[in-house]
Amino acid sequence: MLTIDALTKRFGDKTAVDAANILVDKPAMIGIIGRSGAGKSTLLRMLNCLSEASSGTITFDGEEITGLRGAARRNWQSRCAMIFQQFNLVPRMDVVSNVLHGTLNRRSTFATMFNLYPQSDIHTAIEILDRLGIAEQAPKRAEALSGGQQQRVAIARALMQDPKIILADEPIASLDPMNAQVVMQSLRAIHEEDGRTVIANLHTLDTARRYCDRVIGMRDGRIVFDGTPTQLTTGVARDIYGAGADFSEAATSTEIETLDRPKREKAYA
Amino acid sequence: MADFSLSGAPHSVDDIQSSYMAQVQRRRLYGGLTLLIFVVLMVSGFNVADARNAGGFWDGLRRIFDYPADVLSEAWEKRADLPGLMAKYFPALVETLNIAAVSTLIGALGGLILSLLGTRGLAKWPRLIPVFRRTSDIMRAVPEIVIALMLIFVLGGGPVPAMIAIAIHTAGALGKMFSEVAENADLKPLEGLASTGATWAQRMWLGILPQVAPNYLSYALLRFEINIRASAILGFVGAGGLGYELRNAMAWGPGRFDEAAAIFILLFGTIVFFDQLSSRYRNRLTEGQGQ
Repeated sequence: MLTIDALTKRFGDKTAVDAANILVDKPAMIGIIGRSGAGKSTLLRMLNCLSEASSGTITFDGEEITGLRGAARRNWQSRCAMIFQQFNLVPRMDVVSNVLHGTLNRRSTFATMFNLYPQSDIHTAIEILDRLGIAEQAPKRAEALSGGQQQRVAIARALMQDPKIILADEPIASLDPMNAQVVMQSLRAIHEEDGRTVIANLHTLDTARRYCDRVIGMRDGRIVFDGTPTQLTTGVARDIYGAGADFSEAATSTEIETLDRPKREKAYA
Repeated sequence: MADFSLSGAPHSVDDIQSSYMAQVQRRRLYGGLTLLIFVVLMVSGFNVADARNAGGFWDGLRRIFDYPADVLSEAWEKRADLPGLMAKYFPALVETLNIAAVSTLIGALGGLILSLLGTRGLAKWPRLIPVFRRTSDIMRAVPEIVIALMLIFVLGGGPVPAMIAIAIHTAGALGKMFSEVAENADLKPLEGLASTGATWAQRMWLGILPQVAPNYLSYALLRFEINIRASAILGFVGAGGLGYELRNAMAWGPGRFDEAAAIFILLFGTIVFFDQLSSRYRNRLTEGQGQ
């Protein structure tokens, strides 16, 4: 389905992503973990064609993505939705309009300038919002919503694109634990119910462990781990993060239950 | 894990959909009406203007390019004279630039005083803030050319009336821009200086100016660009400089078009040069602010 072959991105003399190879043969929920600056975001941005690869290829269902230009490239972007850490909504427009932005690739510039979306699209948008539990917020401005709600609007925009792949760049990094849980559960449900592939950059290990079928670890631009959550032992995690023996998973956790755990962790830390 | 899709909505989805659709219909109606009114006004306004035009817009349209074509063809025939003519008019260019520079300098000083006296939190006499604000409003509301015409009537033609006219307008315009910058200045240094017994002028000079200087300089440079154009235009009403020569050259008509072309080139080159210079310098001022 999705094949990433020797994908490399250089900024000047610095290599952000170094010959990454990933093969996804069936829809999955994939978590990418690693320190800040490990190249996680750059990898996702190349997948969405927000930035160009220096070398290497991305292939999706036999179509090479890395060489796409113009309309073909925008069409790929509409099939490969992206969710951002800071939500990246249009703050002064209402929630439904923000969700309808997911259809921009199918609409003419003229129609979108005057906000002329078909009624069926508007109904679909509100149904998606209802699925994410925020239908009551439909007429409000996006900026009036809380962070967790805004991120769900962003997910709704992604779903409106009806994509094969959803990329999520640190989707919960600016949310509190409760909202983080709701957002991650939504992403998981989208994967399970719709069979879409979700690739999420996560900066907490336990989130990756809990929600993902497959975890990819990156360090200094290289993929250093690719396996199931159970294969991700504390030793491997220390390697990925380049941490010493004092590293414990609880230190990076955002889960509420972690509060009960420290005693046990301390015992062998 | 499925509980998120069931979180109890007070309204049913159908209600939300229909009420949102109603809202969208209303918005489209208003938008459509606004667009219609705009188009009707534009078309009718154009027709009125065209009817009142002496020659008629469509007849005149063809002839818009006749004059530049005449100038260009004549200038091209006499292209060998151009460097000599440009040298001849160079002193006039310097006069135009001088008018702009002096008026920018005086206007910026006036604007600085007006802005400090007219900004809430900084003003020496808070009750007089409206007076200073209205003064700067009036100074920038009156076009340079009106002040210049009045002064030329009183003082006679020459660069001095133009300089005063531009300086008055500049002081008003910069007073407004400066005061907007000063409103965002941090007041804590002022309080610190006041606690040492500093006078109002000392507080402004040491507490406010260092904060706002890069922005003020940047605005003053922008104003200098504008003033070069203004001082060239004022030449047309007899204020000297390049504009005066240009009017004479144009008024002579065919036969002197090469002079007009030489002046155009000088003026255009100068404006482009100072635009580039000042935009580069302004960029550096605003970017380098943090360091």
